[in-house]
Amino acid sequence: MTNDTMISTDGLSRTFTVKKTTTEAVSDLTIDVQRGELVAFLGPNGAGKSTSLRMLTTLLPPTRGSATVAGFDIRSAPAEVRTRIGYIGQGNSGGHNHRVRDELLSQGAFYGMSRAASVSRADELIESLGLGGLEKRAVLGLSGGQKRRLDIALGFMHSPELLFLDEPSTGLDPQSRANLWQHILTLRREHGTTVFVTTHYLEEADQFAERVMVMDFGRMIADDTAPALKARLAGDVISLGFESVGDVGRAAEAVSSSLPNARTTRAAHDERILEITLEHGDGVLPRLLRELDAARLPARTAALRQPTLDDVFLALTGRSLRDDSASEPASDLPSSFDQNAEVPS
Amino acid sequence: MTTLAAPARPRVVRDTWLVFRRELQPVMHDPFSLIFSLLQPVVFLGLYGPLLIGSSGQPAPDVLAWFVPGILVMIALFGTSATGSNLLYEMQTGSHERTLVAPIARSALLVGRALKEMVPIAVQAAVIALVTVPFGFRLNVPGMLVSLVLLSIFGMGFGALSYALALASRSKDWMFWAVQQAAIFPLMILSGMLLPVEQGPEWMRVAAAINPISHVVGATRALFAGDFGAPVVLSGFVAAFVLAAVGLWVGITAMRRSH
Repeated sequence: MTNDTMISTDGLSRTFTVKKTTTEAVSDLTIDVQRGELVAFLGPNGAGKSTSLRMLTTLLPPTRGSATVAGFDIRSAPAEVRTRIGYIGQGNSGGHNHRVRDELLSQGAFYGMSRAASVSRADELIESLGLGGLEKRAVLGLSGGQKRRLDIALGFMHSPELLFLDEPSTGLDPQSRANLWQHILTLRREHGTTVFVTTHYLEEADQFAERVMVMDFGRMIADDTAPALKARLAGDVISLGFESVGDVGRAAEAVSSSLPNARTTRAAHDERILEITLEHGDGVLPRLLRELDAARLPARTAALRQPTLDDVFLALTGRSLRDDSASEPASDLPSSFDQNAEVPS
Repeated sequence: MTTLAAPARPRVVRDTWLVFRRELQPVMHDPFSLIFSLLQPVVFLGLYGPLLIGSSGQPAPDVLAWFVPGILVMIALFGTSATGSNLLYEMQTGSHERTLVAPIARSALLVGRALKEMVPIAVQAAVIALVTVPFGFRLNVPGMLVSLVLLSIFGMGFGALSYALALASRSKDWMFWAVQQAAIFPLMILSGMLLPVEQGPEWMRVAAAINPISHVVGATRALFAGDFGAPVVLSGFVAAFVLAAVGLWVGITAMRRSH
């Protein structure tokens, strides 16, 4: 591990025993995250994302394995780790009887900030997170979105060099979500903050993270950039529409001989559409159309669909990330009861 | 920021002060909440007091001199035994978790909260003592001041136990309330707070002698009577200090295991 390694884990594992049944929530997590990286931790409910985060933030001792976070061992030097990290958990961070501004100032003091520094930072965050006018409001009287914005302000208060966020955008409206990401990116730009975020929102991971880790059933099953994962695991899909079913057959042969690595299928909904799965579809499409024209097999329609991380997850596990019920082991409970299944109590 | 944390001891003191200050903020913003939460002792004074005076056949000032100090201990007992519910709520949201990730000593998270319990107790007990004066309660000011110190120490210890119970109950609120209720009423009755235990059966007198709260009640009565040298004053302070020590030890242990 180098000086610029912010997170380094080796075989980090955690088991829980509930009613004599032992489940391994996280198995052999071995990762390295460098300073300044923005890592998205993706996976369905119950995959072990929160448990991993709770170990890395010193909240939960691991059953096996080790981890160094911000230069210190999470077991032997948790206090050192805590001074260097920030954490925005799934719950609401503000005490229900406490006032918004008081909580921010207490948070600053907890992290050793001077009174003056706390005041100016708190006012800055109140302003930029749209909490103006709520300074003296008790947390109990805030709306769900306002509470979440306070959580974010509390996590940002001391401008940590490493910030963990657990499903930060859950419960936020699209505008607040965009605003949150603006703040994360600003914090990162100004302080070089390393960001480690778990999310359900594929779009977020896709748009903002340079590195995506996918977790399923407690194991990390992929770790790469979003484009690389998509290219490697899912591929682009070119859909070409033709005059007749016969043309589709001839076009498929032409494509197979020209692009041996591409996979061709007929669209399920329309036999006159040929679907071609391949890498770098955007670069191939113009040439492909010219070749088909030359072979007197002109395409009437052409569409390119680039894969989403959901396609990646589907390729990795055979299940869709959006379909949470499929990821849970058979359960008698309604799915709404499983929402926090990965948070041990 | 690469500065290392300061040596452990000043940090614990500083952290305790920060936690204490944070806990006190809601009370300072809304001091009247302390008065409104005095409903229960007022009901006992107003409805139970006259019955006690009537049935004893003694003059009101004599009965109040015995009864009011017990009510002051009741304030400390009920107020602090329920205080863990605040922590319980913070554990169910994410507020407690936030403080666990912050660089604050675990012991400070408990001690700061327990120390805060002293403030409402002192204010509430003083208010109730003063309110009963027009009804014939003889106020011994030095005795009252020493009593407030005694009740604060006792309340801090009992509050620490309540926080420990909250930490042990975790997400099961019902368990917190079941244990709290199961503990508080026997402790109250066996302390001679409402009726003298001396007239009860032998086993009750034995239980009362073991119950630290009876010593605190006895000490408060002696102090309000101006009898500072009474042996029960010493045993009351010993009981309060032992309770505080046990409460803080159990509480800190529970907080260190909290996650």
